[in-house]
Amino acid sequence: MRMLRNLCLMLIVATAAYAPAAAAIDRAVVEKLAFGDTSEKLEAIAVLVTEGDPRAAPVLAALADGELQTAEKRVLIVKGDRATDAVTGEAVAPLPAGREDVVANNRLRREIGSALAALRVRAPDRDVRLAAARELSDSADEAMLPLIRKALELEKDAEIRSLLEMAQATLQLRSPDRVTRLDAIRTLGQSSNPSMKTLLLPIVSKKPDGAFAEPDEAVRAEAHNSLKAIEGRLEWGERFGLLFAGVSLGSILLLAALGLAITYGLMGVINMAHGELIMVGAYATYVVQNLFRAYAPDVFDWYLACAVPAAFAVSAAVGMVLERTVIRWLYGRPLETLLATWGISLVLIQAVRTIFGAQNVQVENPAFMSGGIQVLSNLVLPWNRIVIVIFAAAVVTGIWLLLTRTRLGLFVRGVTQNRAMASCVGVPTSRVDTWAFGLGSGIAGLAGCALSQIGNVGPDLGQGYIVDSFMVVVFGGVGQLAGTIYAALVLGMVNKFIESWSGAVIAKIAVLVFIIFFIQRRPQGMFALRGRAVEA
Amino acid sequence: MGPLTSTFTRLYGTKGWLALGVFAVVLLVVIPLLNLAVPETSPYHVSTYWVTLIGKIMCYAIVALAMDLIWGYCGILSLGHGLFFALGGYAMGMYLMRQIGREGQYQSDLPDFMVFLDWKEFPWQWWGTDHFLWAAFLVVAVPGLLAFVFGYFAFRSRVKGVYFSIITQALTFAAMLLFFRNDTGFGGNNGFTDFKRILGFPITTPETRMALFALTGIVLIVALLVGRWLVTSKFGRVLAAIRDAEPRVMFCGYDTVHYKLAIWTFSAVLCGIAGALYVPQVGIINPSEMSPANSIEIAIWVAIGGRGTLVGAVAGAGLVNGAKSYFTQAFPEYWLFFLGLLFILVTLFLPNGVVGLAAKLRAMLAGRRPAPAGVAEETA
Amino acid sequence: MGHVVTGELDTTHGTILYLDGISVSFDGFKALNDLSLNIDVGELRCVIGPNGAGKTTMMDVITGRTRPDAGRAYFGETIDLARMNEAQIAHVGIGRKFQKPTIFERHSAFENLELAMKTDKRVRKTLFARLGADERDRIADTLRLIRLDPVADRPAGLLSHGQKQWLEIGMLLMQEPKLLLLDEPVAGMSDDETERTAELFLSLAGQHSLVVVEHDMAFVARIARKVTVLHEGSVIAEGPMKTVQEDPRVIEVYLGR
Repeated sequence: MRMLRNLCLMLIVATAAYAPAAAAIDRAVVEKLAFGDTSEKLEAIAVLVTEGDPRAAPVLAALADGELQTAEKRVLIVKGDRATDAVTGEAVAPLPAGREDVVANNRLRREIGSALAALRVRAPDRDVRLAAARELSDSADEAMLPLIRKALELEKDAEIRSLLEMAQATLQLRSPDRVTRLDAIRTLGQSSNPSMKTLLLPIVSKKPDGAFAEPDEAVRAEAHNSLKAIEGRLEWGERFGLLFAGVSLGSILLLAALGLAITYGLMGVINMAHGELIMVGAYATYVVQNLFRAYAPDVFDWYLACAVPAAFAVSAAVGMVLERTVIRWLYGRPLETLLATWGISLVLIQAVRTIFGAQNVQVENPAFMSGGIQVLSNLVLPWNRIVIVIFAAAVVTGIWLLLTRTRLGLFVRGVTQNRAMASCVGVPTSRVDTWAFGLGSGIAGLAGCALSQIGNVGPDLGQGYIVDSFMVVVFGGVGQLAGTIYAALVLGMVNKFIESWSGAVIAKIAVLVFIIFFIQRRPQGMFALRGRAVEA
Repeated sequence: MGPLTSTFTRLYGTKGWLALGVFAVVLLVVIPLLNLAVPETSPYHVSTYWVTLIGKIMCYAIVALAMDLIWGYCGILSLGHGLFFALGGYAMGMYLMRQIGREGQYQSDLPDFMVFLDWKEFPWQWWGTDHFLWAAFLVVAVPGLLAFVFGYFAFRSRVKGVYFSIITQALTFAAMLLFFRNDTGFGGNNGFTDFKRILGFPITTPETRMALFALTGIVLIVALLVGRWLVTSKFGRVLAAIRDAEPRVMFCGYDTVHYKLAIWTFSAVLCGIAGALYVPQVGIINPSEMSPANSIEIAIWVAIGGRGTLVGAVAGAGLVNGAKSYFTQAFPEYWLFFLGLLFILVTLFLPNGVVGLAAKLRAMLAGRRPAPAGVAEETA
Repeated sequence: MGHVVTGELDTTHGTILYLDGISVSFDGFKALNDLSLNIDVGELRCVIGPNGAGKTTMMDVITGRTRPDAGRAYFGETIDLARMNEAQIAHVGIGRKFQKPTIFERHSAFENLELAMKTDKRVRKTLFARLGADERDRIADTLRLIRLDPVADRPAGLLSHGQKQWLEIGMLLMQEPKLLLLDEPVAGMSDDETERTAELFLSLAGQHSLVVVEHDMAFVARIARKVTVLHEGSVIAEGPMKTVQEDPRVIEVYLGR
């Protein structure tokens, strides 16, 4: 009740500005409210609601809170030691003696609650209206229908409108009048709000005894049509949702696989520790986050600006060390590289466990990445996913620029095409190897930074991505950056599409099996160049 | 020299047979006696813990043999042998679950996990698994068939090298996800455990354990001999030739698909049998046996022992798993460091494993150059 | 695939290899462009041409390593090479020597020949195969012919480059092919070895048909009766060495531009 009162106080201020010096509320009605018996009081409330005068709200609120008092013929709202006249809203001082409380019972209070909501849906303040509309859609009664209708005519805000429509339809569906019900159902049919479906569903379903809840067949038929119409509209939402989920998963796969596309695709190094480089990036993000929380809590929301380069740098450094110490000695021996890098991955996992513990750690989203935007009534796009899609696109663009517009990119392409020749024309091949491997590892770190924003960060984070990443690179065609991009998006979409009717695990299995068969058909991947058969 | 004697001498020299004989006597006579006949108070008693541990390692050694046949001799690195091992184990596990009968928690004919899922009858995969012979058939047939079909398509499409490794890993990963589901009908996460009997004998008594142990020992020795027979035959020489120069083998008129398929399927079946021996001894099988990490670990057993030498594979499995059971008890947090470093160091510095190292040392002592590793293999 | 889908070699019209209008392209690059070539039974043909002329690709097509985009490739009158795999083609009697000597480096020279020897090469047979006395003799004969009998038990990887070339030729002979394709057989050989190779080839011609791709013009001039010149995937000249050398187009291809 305290909340109600606060709302009312706001209202008083608001209405003062809204309707200055308007005529007083009908004195007769207020007196009926104050002096009448319960049934008279109820009638009075109904009248106030029907008139829809927002100035009636403080009076009703006072009644519910036990602040309405009478002094002889006058009706007063008494708050502490100050009183105002309920009819005119003028201050009354000093407090008249011999006041009596107007008694409200529970039934009255209930009525007042919804009546107040009905009145407040016309308040100028959006938040007040929204709260009122919520209350109405939960508990409205038929007397408020005209009021809701009036409010709907004036209301512009989509969210409030939808709530009001819902309240209106709920009321109309309860109407004994068949035509009203039919109208309501038709109106519902034009909505694209999934909660409207829940209103219609009981109409077409049977009660436990086998009879229809709705006796009238025409009404049921109409409900069917409306349901279909709503579902048709909802389907679009779902389709877009699916599409977005696919793109979102695709961009995650892309981020995870992109580094591998460089180390495996361009350099031919089978790096089984790629997943762990992702994990290292995620932990780097975690550390940066903790530093911000400890030393710069004011700019915590900006920690990612530091975490992104940090994740890149840490993973790239780890990758370059690995290249110098282990991988370089195994060039041209892919199976040995596979085993040695797997060993590296075990060491990295254990190292992280020793330093940070085996438990998952918490990485918090910055404020701007929580929540989402409502695109359709049943489609909300979470900000963190949107940011990751954009991030993936940015990383791809960055790599493309790096490979095509810089000296390092030129060297990398040269070395991958013809190592001996590149070496002959003065490219420092061994240093280029280190840098290119560092670049691939750094991108893995970026992926880790991105993944930390949408899931758990733990020592095993990378293990979940290594198979996926290889699938993407192999599916796209080894050595084809464009292929990797297409493959990631296609696999993301296919995965989400299958998932929508078979569940996540089966979808994953289906995708793996699909790729296994695909590689049998086209061992060189989607975008393979058909080369001259190489000898031996 | 009759054909039998010539085969006999082809497999191993006198010293080799002698060593194998000693190995067999230790496994099949000495350990059983020390376990069953020597009282527990005696310092010479071999405890059940050790019997189980050695039995387990022998199963791994069979897997290592299988891996060596396909990787060491034919150059195909499989990251799916954990899958075949687990499939054999699951086939045996189904039989063992049926043997529990009504002694489960819910006293139902169905295994507890099925009662828990509110299933009323056995799903189709379980058909016939109450018969030991059918289960034994499945142990061989399921890994064999899967390997055959997968291998047929992969080899025919000329998927090779790292590609093959990666898609076997994907296959294993997919299978693991599948077995994690409750709906697949194999107990989901928890898999099978709490076995009571095998062929009517209670499974935890020392006698049953020893019987399983001895059987594993016999299978290991037979697998070693069959493997040796394979690799010393012309078939084995063709395999090694495929490993070293596959196009030349094809232009010599060999259909390499058939050769690869034969050894691949044989290798998978061997893994299945190892899995079937493993499950009753350790008393549990669950989908984590299929995790990609397990399969890749098999490769390191072989690599550390010495690729292309069957004795090396067995020794490698023993060394790594012995070290593992020591480490995971003494310093559990360092085991992964150790294993990881093992992977790195062996690939960098020990391309022919410990057997190769031993041969090199012997050659250095004898003052001659070591022969190139591989086909000219173990003489011990 | 699976089964060997062919009948016997039919050379009633005197032609053992018949290529007609073969085209192969890799990503727009035409490696072979409407190539036609006939080899007669018992002929020794030399194929020359600058780098990238399509010589190796032609061999790939004949041995089943590359599928032609267009055209027909027949062995004799009846055997369609385009529908067979490498092993089947080897089985019907085409042997190939690679540009870079490809032998089994970790097998001994003896085992290399044993593996190449013409026999039933199905899995089941090799499992139980044991060498008979006459087979040992054949291997020994070939070892003597290629002068590797002193090093028969040495791993082939330890042989000299020239010895490896000879071992590969020996493996071809063990296959008893009717048609031999030899890609730069004398590269890396000493003059003496080259001369012996020339003699060997000349002695083989007649019973076998040979197609030799070679850059060494002296060697070609020594053995060739008929020379085919390839350029940009097509035949631009064909005939005796003398005629071909005077052909203005050939001169342009080799010297011009």
